[in-house]
Amino acid sequence: MAAKRLSLREKYQKFTRDLAWEPSYQDKANIFPQTEFEGIHIHDWDKWEDPFRLTVDAYWKYQAEKERKLYAIIDAFSQNNGQFNVSDARYVNALKLFLQGVSPLEYAAHRGFAMAGRQFSGVGPQVACQMQSIDELRHVQTQIHTISQYNKFFNGFHDWNHMHQRVWYLSVPKSFFEDAMSAGPFEFVTAISFSFEYVLTNLLFMPFMSGAAYNGDMATVTFGFSAQSDESRHMTLGLEVIKFMLEQDERNVPIVQKWIDKWFWRGYRLLTLVSMMMDYMLPKRVMSWKEAWEMYFEENGGALFEDLSRYGIRMPKYWDVSVKEKERLSHEAWSIFYNYDHAAAFHSWLPEESEMEWLSAKYPDTFDKYYRPRYEYWRSLQEKGERWYNSTLPMLCQLCQIPMAFTEPDDPTQICYRSSEYNGDKYHFCSDGCKDIFDDEPEKYVQSWLPVHQIYQGNCGGASVPEVLEWYHLVDGQDNKEFLDSQDRANWNRWKGESDSDTDQPVKAAVND
Amino acid sequence: MANNNVFIALQNNEEARPIIEAIEQDNAEARVEYAPAMVKIDAPGRIVVRRASVEELIGRDWDPQELHVNLISLSGNIDEDEDEFVLHRGD
Repeated sequence: MAAKRLSLREKYQKFTRDLAWEPSYQDKANIFPQTEFEGIHIHDWDKWEDPFRLTVDAYWKYQAEKERKLYAIIDAFSQNNGQFNVSDARYVNALKLFLQGVSPLEYAAHRGFAMAGRQFSGVGPQVACQMQSIDELRHVQTQIHTISQYNKFFNGFHDWNHMHQRVWYLSVPKSFFEDAMSAGPFEFVTAISFSFEYVLTNLLFMPFMSGAAYNGDMATVTFGFSAQSDESRHMTLGLEVIKFMLEQDERNVPIVQKWIDKWFWRGYRLLTLVSMMMDYMLPKRVMSWKEAWEMYFEENGGALFEDLSRYGIRMPKYWDVSVKEKERLSHEAWSIFYNYDHAAAFHSWLPEESEMEWLSAKYPDTFDKYYRPRYEYWRSLQEKGERWYNSTLPMLCQLCQIPMAFTEPDDPTQICYRSSEYNGDKYHFCSDGCKDIFDDEPEKYVQSWLPVHQIYQGNCGGASVPEVLEWYHLVDGQDNKEFLDSQDRANWNRWKGESDSDTDQPVKAAVND
Repeated sequence: MANNNVFIALQNNEEARPIIEAIEQDNAEARVEYAPAMVKIDAPGRIVVRRASVEELIGRDWDPQELHVNLISLSGNIDEDEDEFVLHRGD
């Protein structure tokens, strides 16, 4: 007798729900000790739905197909020396930042979802978290593999994981994820699956990856979109976990709202790095940060929160500040890196005149007024051979760990300072959003490992910049500083046969001769 | 900011093209925007991807779960079975 083919619903039931059992010789609370302390009340785990109804057999089938497609392109990319086809050697610096800042978060997510899946006592979320954990491991592996081709030709790619643990600006993504991983399982999935993946990662993986395509980086766009195809499933998990918590018990609503407020702001601050990648680091630009924020947060995020309003959920606190900041964020961020590029593992530069024109067209209310004059002044210094590097280490926000360079929501000429006292010590913040998060859990954030404090305390290899760079595994004059003075640029011009004597800078050494 | 748009974004490649065409056929209000390497489709309230419409265009059997291979992103509540994949707002 031929077996009847199972419907998708039946298959999901058999391959997922039917894997669960009721423990008989151990108390459930002892098996899943973390499900209650956050204050979330769950009455019926079976109400959890995976709307994709993805079962493990289909999961392996489609993941294998994605991998085959991706590796065919990675092979073609390296065989054809695709690294020479990118728009401009400046572009490669966006990839350095990606590998140092984002890929280690994929690995952290692999660990985080393995931990969360272990702690949820329902089989639906266990299976969804397990698949996501495997996805994230795939993402970090494919990113390392793809970008390794660039490591053969450009500086700054050589020790990204070491740098992620130590370098000042990389403490921003590192501390973001560690904050989420050291919370409970429900807060973790609200932070990562909902606030970050559902609400915010479109900003990274859509316009930025589309930008990689536009800049001729066939390898990055391919791993980016391959990862993003998993991301759609993760985003769906994020929305489902929110709806599940809200539908289970009305006491969950204020807790979930507080987490959404916190993790929206944390994620938005983290995306500061993406804003400058879009506006400054892609030589051929797809859209501005401002346009992307309007499309993906104000429009799509707005529709999402309108949908969630029936559960009593409102827009995240301080979303209005993010809208006020959209015409300044990328410029303020790029200026930080221009100031401190001698301690960063990628190059910075001043926008060329045609790029300044693009920026003033995209930011008509702010660019010419506040940022162009600053860049023109810096350019005049550079022309005199006095490229500006700031030798005073910046004050960092205790919460997001970004240097305190953001301006007041209603005054782009005034740096925004906030502070709180806790146990007799004073703590500093870049914004009301960061201050509120600290004030809610000060005992957590007083422990932050702030790179500038650590340097001054002598915990980072020594008190001088060269000692700190060595501790970072960063080679002075090679991995850091101005693009115009870099080996990367000199090599690129040589490979392209474009040595222009006017702007050619002395080069200490060239690779791949 | 009253809007109830849903969206789906797909890679702009050979496999996704008939899916995009099927979406345009079956969703009169869909707005299709092309960016480098990708296509983003927005529509008020609902987008449906019908198995039958895609099969008609490609001339072979097609499982809506094949969407996963070329999917970039989406926004909205999802409902999927053997015959269609639906994105919608509200319940």
